[in-house]
Amino acid sequence: MSEVGGAPSAPQLEAIARGGKISSLTVRRRGQSLLGGVGPPLGAFVIFVGIAYFFSYVLLTPSRRFLMPPPHEIVKHGFFNHQHLHEQLSALWDTAQVSISGFLIALGIGLTLAIVMSQAKWIERSLYPYAVILQVTPILAIVPLIAIWFGYDFSARVVVCVLISIFPIITNSLHGLVTVDSNLHDLFTLHRASRVERLLKLQLPHAVPDIFVGLRVSAGLSVIGAIVGEFFFRQGTPGLGRLLDLYRAYLQTDLLMSALVFCCGLGIVSFWVIGFVGHQLTKNWHEE
Amino acid sequence: MTTAQTAGVPAGAHEPGPGEEVISFRNAGKIFPDGTEAVFDVSFSLRRGEFLSVVGPSGCGKSTLLRMASGLGPHTSGDVERRVENIGYVFQDATLLPWRSVRKNVELLAELEGASKADRSRLAADAVRLVGLQGFENHYPKALSGGMRMRTSVARALTMKPPLFLLDEPFGALDEITRGTLNEELMRLFVSERFAAIFITHSISEAVYLSSRVLVMSPRPGRILAEVEIPFAYPRSPELRFDPEFARLSGEVSHALRRGYE
Repeated sequence: MSEVGGAPSAPQLEAIARGGKISSLTVRRRGQSLLGGVGPPLGAFVIFVGIAYFFSYVLLTPSRRFLMPPPHEIVKHGFFNHQHLHEQLSALWDTAQVSISGFLIALGIGLTLAIVMSQAKWIERSLYPYAVILQVTPILAIVPLIAIWFGYDFSARVVVCVLISIFPIITNSLHGLVTVDSNLHDLFTLHRASRVERLLKLQLPHAVPDIFVGLRVSAGLSVIGAIVGEFFFRQGTPGLGRLLDLYRAYLQTDLLMSALVFCCGLGIVSFWVIGFVGHQLTKNWHEE
Repeated sequence: MTTAQTAGVPAGAHEPGPGEEVISFRNAGKIFPDGTEAVFDVSFSLRRGEFLSVVGPSGCGKSTLLRMASGLGPHTSGDVERRVENIGYVFQDATLLPWRSVRKNVELLAELEGASKADRSRLAADAVRLVGLQGFENHYPKALSGGMRMRTSVARALTMKPPLFLLDEPFGALDEITRGTLNEELMRLFVSERFAAIFITHSISEAVYLSSRVLVMSPRPGRILAEVEIPFAYPRSPELRFDPEFARLSGEVSHALRRGYE
């Protein structure tokens, strides 16, 4: 039996099923997108560096040059000085530990809450307002309470991460869990599916793309949480937040900026890793 | 909830054989909680081996009728007696799980019914063969055409070998040529499997071509305006559409439909 109506041929379908386009197109598109993706921001970067040099050498007198150190000084002192590099890398490692712990806890709690809320409208109506309240309360206002409950070190900083990054996980996961096609629900009802089967075979797989949308936002937020948390909770091994504060105190603007680069790097890598995992999990079937 | 129970299946009921009654509506009606009356005083019965089409204008309650038949949306008056629990329901869209391959989609119902892994794959392989999807078992729905997705959906419904099929305008969203091909397929399946079918459609010629009986419904609240017997023997060939008797029966259905607007 043959399919009519301009259906793609079997090899084409296979290519599509593997997640690619038709092969010759794929190569060209990928080449273009690499250049198209990296080119413009690279150009903008060159302009930014130019502006930085303009400030350092044209606008500022040598005595005030510390306000905007020239970029090569930042690289020299921040990345090629062994002692400075070492203290920044170990701070990076500490901040990464805080943000990853916070992120994983937020994932666990957020997803659990979303699943609980998806089970009945009344549960959602009971709990959702508190998630919103949590989201709109300034973290600064909860700091004293966190200090009393969790002290001033690692665990307090993790709590800040969780509080900052949990909301997008809850909302996006919940959205994915409750927007399943009603016909599919009917099909599961007709075949007497249990609540657990419905959750595991229908709602959760359907929610995976939405969950990853939330996780991507949360990954970035938890890095922010880890750095911000250190401005309040300063015990234990120092992370990037405390290093930033230290460099500020000594007016070491070159190191301040290199530490900033590490902060950005951590955020970007987190965002990218989550995006990559999400894409790998859903590329076969999800229409973006 | 008392009405919901009457649509249930008596415990220990045996599966109806050929010619035995599968489902019957007696003065059944449905009023939604918001007061909308969707279906009014519908009576008919259906035996195994009969193919019943329901035609009617948009919004006349055809889909509601099907939901009443399946028990998904119970009737609010009269009586619906269904003697089978095992129903094949085919929706207007293919309603596949996009994260599952064709094979895994077709296996879904057997999986929900608790069939063993070996049984599942045997049932799915049979169903895939029946609808001609061999070679596409590992494709995801995203990579299939609309017609092939619908075939997957029909294959899924076939796995449990249901004595009653409920089809809610299954080919309505497909192009004319694919629709024609799938009508042939459905005809062939009906002849070989001899289930009972309630088929909702907008198309008079599709209804006359496939059915042993056509019910014509009025605009809302949906009532039965006419019941037209289609006496042609199965299997039917596409050339039947050019038969003068086919034209006469189509005319009869069409007249009945128009009477609903007067």
